[in-house]
Amino acid sequence: MTTPRTVELVVNGEHRAGDAEPRMLLSDFLREQLGLTGTHVGCEHGVCGACTVLVNGEAARSCLMLAVQAAGTEVRTIEGLGGVDDMHPLQEAFWEKHGLQCGFCTPGMLMTAVELLESTPNPSLDDIREAISSNLCRCTGYQTIVEAVQAAAERMQGEAQ
Amino acid sequence: MTRERHYIPESRQREKPKSKYFAIGHSMKRVEDTRLLTGSGTYADDVSLPNMAHAAVLRSPHAHARIVSIDKSKAEALPGVLCVMTGAEAAEVTGPCADFSSPPTTQHCIAVDKVRHVGETVAAVVAESRYIAEDACELIEVEYDPLPAVVDLEEAVTSTGDAVLHPERGDTNVAHHRVIDFGTVDEDFAQADLVIERRLRWPRSGGTPIETVGATAHYDRGTGKFTIHANTSMYNYVGWLIAVSLKVEPHRLNIVPTDAGGSFGSKLFCHKVCTLAGTLARAAGRPVKYLEDRIDNMTSGDAHGSDRVYDAKLALKRDGTMLSMRLKVIDDYGAYFQYGVGQHGNAMAQVTGPYKINSVQVDLTAVFTNKCQQGAYRGFGSEVGNFVIERLVDAACEELDIDPIEMRRQNLIEQDQFPYIMPTGNMYDSGNYQAVLDEALGMIDYDGWRQKQAEAREEGRYIGIGISTCQERSVFSATEFWMWNPNETPGFTLSSSPESVSVNIDPTGKAFITLNAPFWGNSPETMAVQVLAEKLEMDPSDISVGYADSDKGFNSSGPGGSRFTVMIAGAVSGAADVIKEKMLRVASHMLEADPSDLEFRNGSIGVQGVPGKEKTLAEVALHAHYFRLDLPEDHDLTSGIDAAYVYDHPVTTMPSEDRTDLGIFYPIVGHMCHIPVVEVDVETGKVDFLDYVAVHDCGTMVNPMTLAGHVRGGTVNGIGSALYEHFHYDENGQLQNALLSDYLHPTPMETPVDIRVGHVETPSPFTEYGIKGGGEGGRMGAPPAIAAAVEDALKPLGVKVDSLPLTPKVLRGMIREAEANGG
Repeated sequence: MTTPRTVELVVNGEHRAGDAEPRMLLSDFLREQLGLTGTHVGCEHGVCGACTVLVNGEAARSCLMLAVQAAGTEVRTIEGLGGVDDMHPLQEAFWEKHGLQCGFCTPGMLMTAVELLESTPNPSLDDIREAISSNLCRCTGYQTIVEAVQAAAERMQGEAQ
Repeated sequence: MTRERHYIPESRQREKPKSKYFAIGHSMKRVEDTRLLTGSGTYADDVSLPNMAHAAVLRSPHAHARIVSIDKSKAEALPGVLCVMTGAEAAEVTGPCADFSSPPTTQHCIAVDKVRHVGETVAAVVAESRYIAEDACELIEVEYDPLPAVVDLEEAVTSTGDAVLHPERGDTNVAHHRVIDFGTVDEDFAQADLVIERRLRWPRSGGTPIETVGATAHYDRGTGKFTIHANTSMYNYVGWLIAVSLKVEPHRLNIVPTDAGGSFGSKLFCHKVCTLAGTLARAAGRPVKYLEDRIDNMTSGDAHGSDRVYDAKLALKRDGTMLSMRLKVIDDYGAYFQYGVGQHGNAMAQVTGPYKINSVQVDLTAVFTNKCQQGAYRGFGSEVGNFVIERLVDAACEELDIDPIEMRRQNLIEQDQFPYIMPTGNMYDSGNYQAVLDEALGMIDYDGWRQKQAEAREEGRYIGIGISTCQERSVFSATEFWMWNPNETPGFTLSSSPESVSVNIDPTGKAFITLNAPFWGNSPETMAVQVLAEKLEMDPSDISVGYADSDKGFNSSGPGGSRFTVMIAGAVSGAADVIKEKMLRVASHMLEADPSDLEFRNGSIGVQGVPGKEKTLAEVALHAHYFRLDLPEDHDLTSGIDAAYVYDHPVTTMPSEDRTDLGIFYPIVGHMCHIPVVEVDVETGKVDFLDYVAVHDCGTMVNPMTLAGHVRGGTVNGIGSALYEHFHYDENGQLQNALLSDYLHPTPMETPVDIRVGHVETPSPFTEYGIKGGGEGGRMGAPPAIAAAVEDALKPLGVKVDSLPLTPKVLRGMIREAEANGG
């Protein structure tokens, strides 16, 4: 249980490798072994959604997944989404619509929204609420997050046309 | 110094409200956001020091027990374990945690001899990884001798002997009892035609931010100095008390703030976690990180909210005129008493609400029980007062058959009565309560909803409309923490609670602001930037912000009590005046003009009335930094441009000795009106929101977008308190819902689709630009309005709402009972 194995995977488009005991959570692996602290851990029991990352394009609670289960997968985290000079439309929209306050749930919210917009480019407000209801936010009351996701969807649709 | 009763000091306002602003009043995008949106924030768990080890704690499974023995040998033998510490061992090197109660109450960062609540730390392990530390906790063997668990707050009043949590404070679990008459209560009740009586129950909930509390501590053996990185606040106010606990001089502790992933009051001080991490780092000889896990935070985070039962009375005339109140309250503080009854000092700021009520009697009993202790949660106790008075007012409307809106119109304090001294002695600085009510009614289509309600009832649907008109006191003064203390043990009767800032202008004319209080999830950087931009007519993007640690910090009380925006505006304004004065002196030499003939204009300093005769701020800054000695003799003009400014509370007076006048301590008073429209599904007990209007008056708005964010977020916190959240302890003192899967935060499925926010702006005459606080209001106004709306919806069944939360299960029980009674 405690003998480390080398876990190889693709994170944000780069090949990465690190040691992990079989019991090590993917969230801890990303944060501690790979130094990607943008993925946050709020509850460690799969309720709050703060640790949400995309594994092979699907949203996953990285606190409910073992690092060894992610071997060979393609993982996307907030660090791959965009920096201050090249923000993703979702990041821009969250900024403009005040879709964050403390920012702790934000990386998980953004990755959840990325999954939504990749599968449903033109979501209804109900679709957005349904999608983000997997994640807790204690600051905003959700309304501006929903508005931000909608605004980003519209912008991305506009750019696609 | 003795002052006449109800003396109002002269205003120290320097910046009057303006009709047109340069930077204030704009919904500027937040300065904080780019790092938070890109995963670059540094929260408590993101701190990593070389050679760092990790700690975990063993939690007590008992609510109340003597610790007979602890065998840590197996844990110590586990490979990777560096150190295992019991409470007795920790107490040899570390004193009790900081405590503001009087007489004092002893709490250790690891329990000594006795545990007083489930989840209390019994031992701590430091290991190479958190995984190993948690494994080792499982190997610690503790023998307990259980003591009676005190769970019910009313039973706590009479418990004695082994059931007493802190025998050194006497053979009782009553932590505090005091009765104070504010004004002529007996006479006012004697004049009443009617006395409304309700027994009201406010449940224990908590801020429960998504990020827990954490600290990473390093003890330097070479210097004897601690460095602690933590998501604490108040570290530049009372952080030195952590050094006292660690038994080092305050200058041998540097507290470095991290970003906080939400607080809502719960991270007000966090001294226990800092003290524990410091103690472990010194013992292990390695930097140590301790981060609460979710169960640690819920069972032992020292931040549960108020937990009160009220016997409340409101005396009125037959025509609806409100006269007086009597409030008998018992508050369940849990196992410790870190802030004394500060939550009730707070509640006294606005205990009679926005109404012309002449007097109030408060009979306050605080009790110890075997639960996690109280801390701060958005409202700090005064939100409960709002619930109580609004329930009484609604009950009076029912009894007197007066419309709830008319009742309020009749009793609201009038615009020409400000500044208004309310019965406890606190001052309401300014307001226009009728205007707030008008604005809310204008937004909600009240008559239309009443029509829809009537139609729905025909169809067997239960729609309800609630209204609350509540106070939103802001900018606490330190006296609230000790004013209730007994005269024989008054405690530390401090009066200062300042906020400070430093500002540096770089050689290119851009500014750097250093805050001395942390990022808490609010918008401190944005507020400071907007105020400095206003003062210097500077582009906000030319200003950046950082945070001072306690080595470099100036006195700062930090966020809390909706004070930060008001206080930082005072500090930035003061620092900017120093900066301006210096820049004018440098420019006057450069332009060979008298400083009094110069003006700041759009990024430059120029001679009034002479267009073109000016120097840009960049030119002035460069000159000040590098060419000072070129300037004429001017002995106290030194190179560079910088200023530090400490801004004291804008208006405070001291309580009278007998405490029948508490003085002015929470004077910057906003107001709000919340009107939710709900539909109750009587089959399931689920409450849905059909509409929600929240109108707030927070004085001059610095940033309407972030203020609306506070209102909406606070309102959803209030929805949680009203409908879902409750720390449920069973009869043995076991917390039944210590996980977020059981302690239910609202999700998008439980919240209004659109909380429609309105604003009225009544500037304060006491603060810079007339700003008032607005950080807590949502949670202070929502619960009474929602309670009223649910009661209104179920009026055909005769259901009365006297307690919260109105979970589906609770509501179904009430509906079932009402139906059984022929409702």
